[in-house]
Amino acid sequence: MTKVVVVASGKGGVGKTTTSAAIATGLALRGFKTAVIDFDVGLRNLDLIMGCERRVVYDIVNVINGDANLRQTLIKDKRTENLYILPASQTRDKDALTIEGVGKVIEELSEMGMEYIICDSPAGIEKGALTAAYFADEAIVVTNPEVSSVRDSDRILGILASKTRRAEEGQGELPARLLLSRYSAERVEKGEMLSVDDVVEILAIPLLGVIPESEAVLNASNAGTPVILDVDSDAGQAYLDATARFLGEDLPLRFVSVAKKGFLGRLFGG
Amino acid sequence: MSIFRYLLPKKKNTAGVAKERLQIIVAHERTLRGGPDYLPQLHQELLEVVRKYVNVDADAVNVQLDRNEGIDVLEMNITLGDEAVN
Repeated sequence: MTKVVVVASGKGGVGKTTTSAAIATGLALRGFKTAVIDFDVGLRNLDLIMGCERRVVYDIVNVINGDANLRQTLIKDKRTENLYILPASQTRDKDALTIEGVGKVIEELSEMGMEYIICDSPAGIEKGALTAAYFADEAIVVTNPEVSSVRDSDRILGILASKTRRAEEGQGELPARLLLSRYSAERVEKGEMLSVDDVVEILAIPLLGVIPESEAVLNASNAGTPVILDVDSDAGQAYLDATARFLGEDLPLRFVSVAKKGFLGRLFGG
Repeated sequence: MSIFRYLLPKKKNTAGVAKERLQIIVAHERTLRGGPDYLPQLHQELLEVVRKYVNVDADAVNVQLDRNEGIDVLEMNITLGDEAVN
């Protein structure tokens, strides 16, 4: 049984690709055979975040057009067992990705025994994002604690609820969970940032995890290593937690409160 | 927590402002969600028609679709302010 998961946000730059790479790697680390698909045709980036950009030969549009088969195109991750990357096309126009074509690719991945297929959606609410979401069984909505990101997430939730195959076939709304990224507990405490409770209250969906604002994320993308593999970092641990919650484990939230300062720190600290 | 903070003018809690603004706009946008695709355009054109006769704000026209027991009700509210009537 294959589960298709779309990683969406509406707004760009909030961490969809970082999250897709991390969660896909996290699931593969847990032993699940996982494929991660980049749907951002024309603006491919998942390959860079996964560190396999030099190994891309064919892409998803080649597969859909029949220029290459899926086995030739899938990139097997070198670090993590069970993990496969399907890159987006860098050159072709966005209309090359059709619902029928993507449906065939997903079916074929399923026949190959993939247990999870993570769809890294492009930003926006246009065809690319709709195509990435269409076959999803569930969604991870990536949001930053910031007004435009929260509003766009609510917008994308409306679209996920009505424009997926699940909705069209009358199977009800797509289950969606929130991943709040770039979170700063310090700024929340100062009243400068929406808190996790605020965002959950506004979007009214269950919380999958909170990823703290972290230097580790840029370091990981510089190196082409999914941040979840940096197990000593706060963001890496937060993604490990999110993966565990995704699989149904009940873990307490971390990185959502400021470490208590000592007396002198309280006296002189900011 | 710092003792020095009490000496400085108090900063506004911007997160509270953000939450309030978001709750309002998200609630508004949800009323349009799930409705037919023509709803936003209907709203815009209604506003244009009303504005031919009276000067009203963009939020004076409210279009809402309610579904109740198999009956769809398209509800339109046009609020004319004091100025508009004069």
